[in-house]
Amino acid sequence: MSTIVLYGVTASLLAFSFFKDRKKTLQALRKAFKALENILPEFLVVILLVGLLLALMDPAFISRLIGVDSGILGLVIALVVGSITLIPGFIAFPTAAMLLQGGAGYMQIGAFISTLMMVGVVTIPVEKKYFGLRLTVLRNSLAFLFSIVVALVIGLAMGEL
Amino acid sequence: MSKIIKRYRVFLIVLVLLGIVFLVDRELGRLAFQNAGYTIKEMLLIIPPIFVLLGLLDVWVPRETMVRFMGEGSGAKGVLLAFLLGSAAAGPLYGAFPVASVFMRKGVKFSNILVFLGAWSTTKIPMFLFELESLGPRFALTRLAINIPGILIIAWTLAAMVPKKTIDDMYRKNLEMNNS
Repeated sequence: MSTIVLYGVTASLLAFSFFKDRKKTLQALRKAFKALENILPEFLVVILLVGLLLALMDPAFISRLIGVDSGILGLVIALVVGSITLIPGFIAFPTAAMLLQGGAGYMQIGAFISTLMMVGVVTIPVEKKYFGLRLTVLRNSLAFLFSIVVALVIGLAMGEL
Repeated sequence: MSKIIKRYRVFLIVLVLLGIVFLVDRELGRLAFQNAGYTIKEMLLIIPPIFVLLGLLDVWVPRETMVRFMGEGSGAKGVLLAFLLGSAAAGPLYGAFPVASVFMRKGVKFSNILVFLGAWSTTKIPMFLFELESLGPRFALTRLAINIPGILIIAWTLAAMVPKKTIDDMYRKNLEMNNS
C-alpha cells in the first residue's frame, strides 16, 4: 500500500518536473543514479548479511529464546537479537504477535521491536558511509539504551512489572 | 576495473564466505541466499523511487529554502517538519541515510536530521497502523507515547555530545560525495 503511494508520488513529481524543465529532470535522474551507485557496494554487503542472519534466526528459534518466563535474560536476548537482525515491519509485527501467542512476554517483545527498528548492526556499513563510524556507533548505542526504557515502560503498561 | 573490484571487495569477501557456508550446510546456505534474494526484491521496489525523489529534491529545492524550513534557527517548525517527513516515509531505515546525506548538503540542522532519522526508524505511519493491528492499541500507543519524546531526547543528546568540528567535517564529506 505505502509502496503504491511512494510510486504514485514519485511518478507524478517526475512527470511534473519533466513538463516544467526537461534538462533539470535529466540532471535529477543522473544524480539519483550516481547516489545509488555510490552506496551500492555497502547495500549489497548488508543484503548478504541480512540473508544469512534471517536464515540463522527463524521465528521458532527466536520464540525459544524469549519465551515464557525468560525474564531478564530473555529481555537481554530480545535486545541483542533485535539490534542485529533487520526484518521488514510487515513481517516483524505478525511474527511478534505469533511470539506473544507462543508465550513471549510483552516486555521482551517491546525490546525486540524497538531495537529492531532503531538499532541496526548489520546496516552499520551503510550508515558509516554518511555519518562516520563515531556518530554511527553513538547513535546506535543511544537507541539501544532507549530501547531498554521502552521495554520497561511497555512491561509496566502491560502489567508485567 | 581494479577500482571497481576495490569498491566491491567487501561484498565479494562476504559472497565467498556465504559460498563456504553453503558448502558446509546446504540447507542454511540455500536459505541465506533465498533471503538475500527476497531482500533484493524489496530493495529494488523501495530504493529506486527514494533516490529519484532525492534527485528531484536536490535539483528543484534551493538550499536557502531548506535552510529556512529546517536549518539553524528554524526552531520548532524545523523539528516538526523533520518529524512529519520521517513519519510519512516508506521503507527500511537504511533508506533514510541517503536522504540524511542530501539534507546535510542542503544545510538542514544536524539535530533535525537526527529527529528525521528517529521518526523514520520508529514512528512511520503505515507501520504504526500495522503495529496497532498486530499487537493491540495498548502496546502500540504506549510505544508511540514514549517514542516521541525519546526520539527528541536521543537527537538532542547526540547533537550536544558531538563536537562541532566532527559535524562540520561530516557535512563537508557529504557535500563532496554528492558533487563527485
